[in-house]
Amino acid sequence: MSTVKSLADLRKIKDNLQSKMDLREKSNSPDSLIQIKVAMATCGIASGAKQIMEYFIDELDKRKIRAVITQTGCMGYCFAEPTLEITKPGQEPIVFGYVDQKKASEIIEKYIINDELVEGIIPKNYETIKK
Amino acid sequence: MGKFKMHLLVCGGTGCHASESEKLLKNLQEIVTTKELQNEVQVIATGCFGFCEKGPIVKVMPDNTFYTEVKPTDAEEIINEHVIKGRKVARLLYTDPENKAQIADSKHMGFYKKQLRIALRNCGFIDPENIDEYISRDGYEALAKCLTEYSPQDTIDVIKKSGLRGRGGGGFPTGMKWEITSKSKSDIKYVVCNADEGDPGAFMDRSILEGDPHTIIEAMAICGYSIGSSNGLVYIRAEYPLAINRLQTAINQAREYGLLGKNIFGTNFNFDIELRYGAGAFVCGEETALIHSMEGNRGEPTLKPPFPSVSGYFKQPTNVNNVETLANIPVIINKGADWFNKIGTPKSPGTKVFALAGKINNVGLIEVPMGTTLREVIYEIGGGIKDGKKFKAVQTGGPSGGCLTNKHLETPIDFDTLIAAGSMMGSGGMIVMDEDDCMVSVAKFYLDFTVEESCGKCAPCRIGNKRLHEILDKITNGNGTVEDIDNLRNLAIVIKDTALCGLGQTSPNPVLSTIDNFHDEYMQHVIDKKCIAGQCKSLMKYEIIAENCIGCTACARNCPVNAIAGERKAVHTIDQAICIKCGACYEKCKFNAIVIK
Repeated sequence: MSTVKSLADLRKIKDNLQSKMDLREKSNSPDSLIQIKVAMATCGIASGAKQIMEYFIDELDKRKIRAVITQTGCMGYCFAEPTLEITKPGQEPIVFGYVDQKKASEIIEKYIINDELVEGIIPKNYETIKK
Repeated sequence: MGKFKMHLLVCGGTGCHASESEKLLKNLQEIVTTKELQNEVQVIATGCFGFCEKGPIVKVMPDNTFYTEVKPTDAEEIINEHVIKGRKVARLLYTDPENKAQIADSKHMGFYKKQLRIALRNCGFIDPENIDEYISRDGYEALAKCLTEYSPQDTIDVIKKSGLRGRGGGGFPTGMKWEITSKSKSDIKYVVCNADEGDPGAFMDRSILEGDPHTIIEAMAICGYSIGSSNGLVYIRAEYPLAINRLQTAINQAREYGLLGKNIFGTNFNFDIELRYGAGAFVCGEETALIHSMEGNRGEPTLKPPFPSVSGYFKQPTNVNNVETLANIPVIINKGADWFNKIGTPKSPGTKVFALAGKINNVGLIEVPMGTTLREVIYEIGGGIKDGKKFKAVQTGGPSGGCLTNKHLETPIDFDTLIAAGSMMGSGGMIVMDEDDCMVSVAKFYLDFTVEESCGKCAPCRIGNKRLHEILDKITNGNGTVEDIDNLRNLAIVIKDTALCGLGQTSPNPVLSTIDNFHDEYMQHVIDKKCIAGQCKSLMKYEIIAENCIGCTACARNCPVNAIAGERKAVHTIDQAICIKCGACYEKCKFNAIVIK
């Protein structure tokens, strides 16, 4: 690394690290960001949830959409794997099933960016105990 | 490089280091590598999280899971369960002492809820040995801003307007100090960082140096620019090896980037920093003594004025600031004076870091806005008194401070309110005491410390404190009289008025404040010859209640001096002449047959 001679040099270092540090920065304010939980139990992983998660991380980063992407356990919709749950700030969580790469890009394009619903939503069939 | 989807932050502060966090870090890294997750999961050592009571701490990002008391052997389970399968390891989560609920997210822990972290903003968040991570958190931007946009006087004006006061104890306005030093005419001036943290129980400066060393480097350079100095010195005690190590690493990195050295940010400003080691003498936290120690002389204070701002290190103008004070500087420059002076109270803006210790549930490091009440700190952040005992007093300001009691619990904490209550801010040590603590013994404990640490230069401190200690010793041994209490008070006031430096002027504070707040307890010691807390051994005795004793012989078998006699199944007795009052019998008796009188 050459020396830092200006504010621009400093910003360059900062930008280089942005995506890495962003993971930590974002977790300080998860409620104000889009939260995506990918079901990653055995069933999810077997049907490719891992690749889907990576796809989301890369795509959202490319499009500069700030979101917290975490993995979670089995949601119980094993028939529809890979599944993921998306919570937009101030909205109810929505679960999407059968998410392959094509579906994933559709979800980003339509739901995340334009707030349109896409086919394949799994209706919520349970209540979670509030802590 | 692929993108990490998860960060594991492992606490690398001294507290967690001592509980094998280094081994834990190594285990986590090894397992991540064996499972071929090194491109997805990053394991990072950070500075102190502040929650030292429950260390070592591991924080998983981005889901903000907070694991406590993690052992090196738990590494595998965290990776297998949490990282791979996405299931939190329930047994390692923090359990709320009040309602026994497990809390996964640190945001919901009482300990972090009320805190506002400015000085500690990067501790537990970044890797202290990586300058890039500091830069990504706006690091060195304040320095760039000062060098390229502000004149030295502009910089001083921002700090003055922010109202920042010295966090080392005295609470002197930082901006004013800078201005005085900047106006002193000389070719050579010095910026000194006072990292000689001597208060028993205080460790905020160490944690900042260990967790965020670059913030100190940046702040010293800013100070250098505003006062017209290109020489920085950090006076740090040799007992802080980890802090020294990380600071040196940080200085080297800053030099490599050209953030220290010649022509910083392409301007004609030069600045560099050297370390000076102290041998850990309490008095060297005092500016003039510190400077003498750095010059290679005995660490003894001299009369002020002249202030170091006018004539300090080798008679040159020297600006001495404490670590925590400096840690606030870059944030103030970046966010502006008006942002800062709205936090806290009008006369003491900003936040203060406190080291919570003693009989409190959450021992650790906290940062709260000035004006937070003692009750909030002790009960909401500190989690209340250990084992459900009753709160008795809290000692603030270390050996120079005083004890505050129940009636002070609603007092908002800032520099002036603490002095009004008979204590002081000091560097921010807070030692909590419960009903089992004897206040006379507490005063004696602090006097032990000051007698030991007095440099001996002036008579009031050297002789006076020794006499105070002797009188306290007499009282705790059961030989005190009512006159002794008056003598204590008179002598204490004389020492306060006549001692040379801050150490002597404040050392009688623990005595005075305990006499004021716990006069009854002193009277019990000298008149009734009783210590209700049961700490003064000469004033108590163990006795066996005949009705409760079943003759199990447990006490007699455990007595180290064979002071207890009695047959099996017969009532036992204690020979007071032999008894050394160790309390072993009291601990062993299952039938409440032994009492302290």
